[in-house]
Amino acid sequence: MLRDITLGQYYQTDSVIHRLDPRVKLVTTICYIISLFIVDNFIGYIIAGLFLALIIKLSKVPVKFMVRGMKSIVFLLIIAVGFNLFLTPGETAVAFWKLKITWEGIRLAAFMAIRLVFLIMGSSVMTLTTTPNNLTDGMESLLGPLKKLKVPVHEISMMMSIALRFIPILLEETDKIMKAQIARGADFESGNLIKKAKSLVPLLVPLFISAFRRANDLAMAMEARCYRGGEHRTKMKPLIYKKRDALAYGTVVCYLALCVVFGRILL
Amino acid sequence: MSIILDHVNYIYEAGTAMEYAALKDVCLTIPDGQFIGLIGHTGSGKSTLVQHLNGLLAPTSGNVYYNGADIHDSDYNRKELRSKVGLVFQYPEHQLFEIDVFSDVCYGPKNLGLDKKETELRAYAALKQVGLEDDFFYQSPFDLSGGQKRRVAIAGVLAMKPEVLILDEPTAGLDPKGRDEILDQIAKLREETGMTVILVSHSMEDVAKYVDRIIVMNKGQVMFDDVPKEVFRHYKELEEVGLAAPQVTYIMQALKENGLPVDTDITTIEEAKTAILQALNR
Amino acid sequence: MGIIETKDLVFEYIRRDEEGNVEGITRAVDGVNLNVNQGDFIAILGHNGSGKSTLAKHINAILYPTEGTVWVDGKDTSDDANLWEVRQKAGMVFQNPDNQIIGQVVEEDVGFGPENLGVPTEEIWERVKESLKAVGMYEFRKHSPNKLSGGQKQRVSIAGVIAMHPKCIVLDEPTAMLDPNGRKEVIRATRALNDVEEITVILITHYMEEIIHANKVFVMDKGKVAMEGTPKEIFSQVDKLKSLRLDVPQVTLLAHELRKSGVAIPEGILTREELVAALGLGKR
Repeated sequence: MLRDITLGQYYQTDSVIHRLDPRVKLVTTICYIISLFIVDNFIGYIIAGLFLALIIKLSKVPVKFMVRGMKSIVFLLIIAVGFNLFLTPGETAVAFWKLKITWEGIRLAAFMAIRLVFLIMGSSVMTLTTTPNNLTDGMESLLGPLKKLKVPVHEISMMMSIALRFIPILLEETDKIMKAQIARGADFESGNLIKKAKSLVPLLVPLFISAFRRANDLAMAMEARCYRGGEHRTKMKPLIYKKRDALAYGTVVCYLALCVVFGRILL
Repeated sequence: MSIILDHVNYIYEAGTAMEYAALKDVCLTIPDGQFIGLIGHTGSGKSTLVQHLNGLLAPTSGNVYYNGADIHDSDYNRKELRSKVGLVFQYPEHQLFEIDVFSDVCYGPKNLGLDKKETELRAYAALKQVGLEDDFFYQSPFDLSGGQKRRVAIAGVLAMKPEVLILDEPTAGLDPKGRDEILDQIAKLREETGMTVILVSHSMEDVAKYVDRIIVMNKGQVMFDDVPKEVFRHYKELEEVGLAAPQVTYIMQALKENGLPVDTDITTIEEAKTAILQALNR
Repeated sequence: MGIIETKDLVFEYIRRDEEGNVEGITRAVDGVNLNVNQGDFIAILGHNGSGKSTLAKHINAILYPTEGTVWVDGKDTSDDANLWEVRQKAGMVFQNPDNQIIGQVVEEDVGFGPENLGVPTEEIWERVKESLKAVGMYEFRKHSPNKLSGGQKQRVSIAGVIAMHPKCIVLDEPTAMLDPNGRKEVIRATRALNDVEEITVILITHYMEEIIHANKVFVMDKGKVAMEGTPKEIFSQVDKLKSLRLDVPQVTLLAHELRKSGVAIPEGILTREELVAALGLGKR
C-alpha cells in the first residue's frame, strides 16, 4: 500500500552530501533541473550524468536503493517515451503496420527518457539525504524574503513538518480502523465504483474524527509549551553556512557554466 | 467445535531488513465456552495472535482451523468467520461512524446480508446485552461518555452473534468503576450465552478474577498455558518477561514468609480473605 | 502563598445542539480551593468526567475560570500579561503520547519549548541534554518518536516540559494509555523529578497505586473536591472511594475486608509490610 513508496524517503547515513546545508541542496536541485532543460545535445547529458553520478557516489546512498525508488515512475516513462517515439514527424527510421518511428522521434524519446530519469534521481538525492525537518527549515529560510510580502512562511513550514510527523501515525490508524470494520463484516474490495466509494464511509468518518482530535490535542500541547508563532523564537539548530557549503555552491556554478558552454553553445 | 492453531508462524515485512517474527510456532486449541485470559507485554505477539483467529492476518506458515475447516482454504467464507469470531479492538469507540447509536450497531448484521427486521432485532438485543439504556439509542455515538461509547462498540460486534468473542483490552482508559462494570457485563454475557471469551489484558488482577485459563505470550511464543493458579505459580519467570502475579499473591507470600500458615497460590481477594481468617483462627 | 493557589474556582461551559442553540450550562469545576506548596507531590483522583482534567487545564492557562481566581507563583492566570510566564512556570503533560510530540527527532521535540521561549541556541542544547538525562532518555535523542514505546514517548514529553525550567509540572492522566511497564517508567521519572529537581508535581490519575507516594491527595467528584488528605487518610475510606467510582490497591482492600470480618487491624493499610505488621507477624 502507501507504505511501499520508497521514492524520496530519508536514507540515514553519514556523508558529505548529508552534512550539507539544506539550502545548498535545495538550490542545487533547482539548478540541476534547470540544467536538464538547458542542454540539448548528448555531451550536455553526459556532463549532467557525470555530475549526478558524482553526487550519488558522495551521498553513500546505495544505487540499488535509488533504482528501487525508480520503479514507481516506469509507467510514466513508458508513456513519455512512447509518445515521442511514435508521434514525432520527420525522416522515417522504421515503419510497421500503421506506425512509424522517425530518427527525430528516437532522438527526442531518448532525451526525454534521460531527462526524466535524471530529474527524478536528482531530486530524490535531495530527499534521500535531507531529513524532512531540515528540508522545511531550508525552505523557510530560502523563502524568508517572502515574509515581507506577508506570506506566512514560518506557519507554512511548521504545518509541513507537523504533517510529516503525523503521516505515519495516520497510516497506522487507517490500517487499524480498516481492520476493525472488516472484523464487523465490511468489504472494501468487491463491488462497483459507487459501492466501493460508499464502503469507504465507515473508514473515512472515524479517520477524520481522529485527525481532528489529534489536531486539537496537538494545538493545545503546543500552546501549553508557549508556542506563539514564529516571532520571539530562537532555533535549536540554526542554519549556518560552512566552508563546504561555499565549495558546493562553487561547484554548482562551474557545472552550470559547463552545461551552457558544452551543452548548448559549442555544439 | 473449536479454534485450532497448528504451528503458526507470522513474519512482518518478510524479505526486508525490517523482517521480524511476531509469532513463532504457536500451537493452541481453544475449545467452546472457555473464558481465556491472554497476557503478555506490549510487542509479545498477542495482538498478532488474535488477528489470526478471525483471519485478518494469514499465517506465514502453519494453519488455523475453525470447527475443523482451514480458514485459509480458497473457498472458505472468511466473512462468515468474522461474524462467528467477533473481535473488539483496543479503543473500539474509535471505529464508530454512524449518526446514531442504533444504526452503528446495525452495521455488522447489515454487512452479513441479513434483512432489516433481523438486523434491528439483533442490534436491539446487542445493546441490551451491554446494558445500554433505550434513551441512548437514537443519540449520536459521539455525545456519549467514554464508557458508553465503548459499550456501543462492543454491541456492534455482539450484534453479529459471534460464537467466540475476543476483546483487546476492553477496559483501557476507563475509571475503576467503569472497568468493573464492563468486565462484569462480559462475565454475565458469557454465563448467559455460553460463548467463548478471550480477554486480552494487562491487569493480572482482572485476569485472575474472571478467567479460567491463561495464555502467556512472550517474544511471539506461548510461554505458559494453564489455569491461573498454575500460571501465577511461575511469578518469577513472569517477572523476568515484564509481567507479574496479582498483588494479592505477593501479599500471601509476604504473610507466609512472616509465619502465617497460608497458601501462596491464591489469586483473588475473596480466597485470600478466607485463607487468612482460617489461618488466624487456628 | 503557595506555588499554585485557586480560590472558589468555577468553570462552566455552554452546551449547544447541532444548530448551535443553547441547551444548557455544565459546571465542570464547582468552587475548588487548592493550595499547593513548592516541592509538593500532589495527586488528583477522580472518575472520568469528575472535572479533574478541566481543573488541570486552568493551572496552565489553557482554560480560564468563569468565576474565582487561579494564581501560579503569585500570578493571576486570567491576566493576559501573565500568560507566557504562567505557561512557562507550570508545564503540562497530556494523556495521549502521540498527540503532544511535535518534533520528528526526540531532541528537537525537547528543544521546542525553549525555542518558543527565545532561549539562545547553545543554552537550548544544554537544557535538552540535562532534561533528557533527567528522564533517562538521553541515549534516544536521535531517534524518531514514532519508534518509541508509549512510556518512552511520555518521558520525552516530560523532558520537553523540564527543558522550559518550570517550577511545577501538571500531568493529566499521563499513564492512562500505557501498559504496566510504561506506567512504572513514567511514575518513576515523575518521582525523580520531584525528589531530585524539587519540581512541584500535580499528578492526575485514576490508578490508585500511583498516588501512594503523594504528600496530599484530592479526590474530585462532580466538579468539587470530595475528599482531601494524605494517601493513608484517603485509603482509610474504602467504601466512600467506591461510591466515587474509584477503588483501592488490593492490599488495602484485603485489609478492609479482614477488618469487616472482625480482625483487629487499622484502616488505610498501603503496603504489604504494613499488613504484615498490623497482623502482628514478622516479630516472632
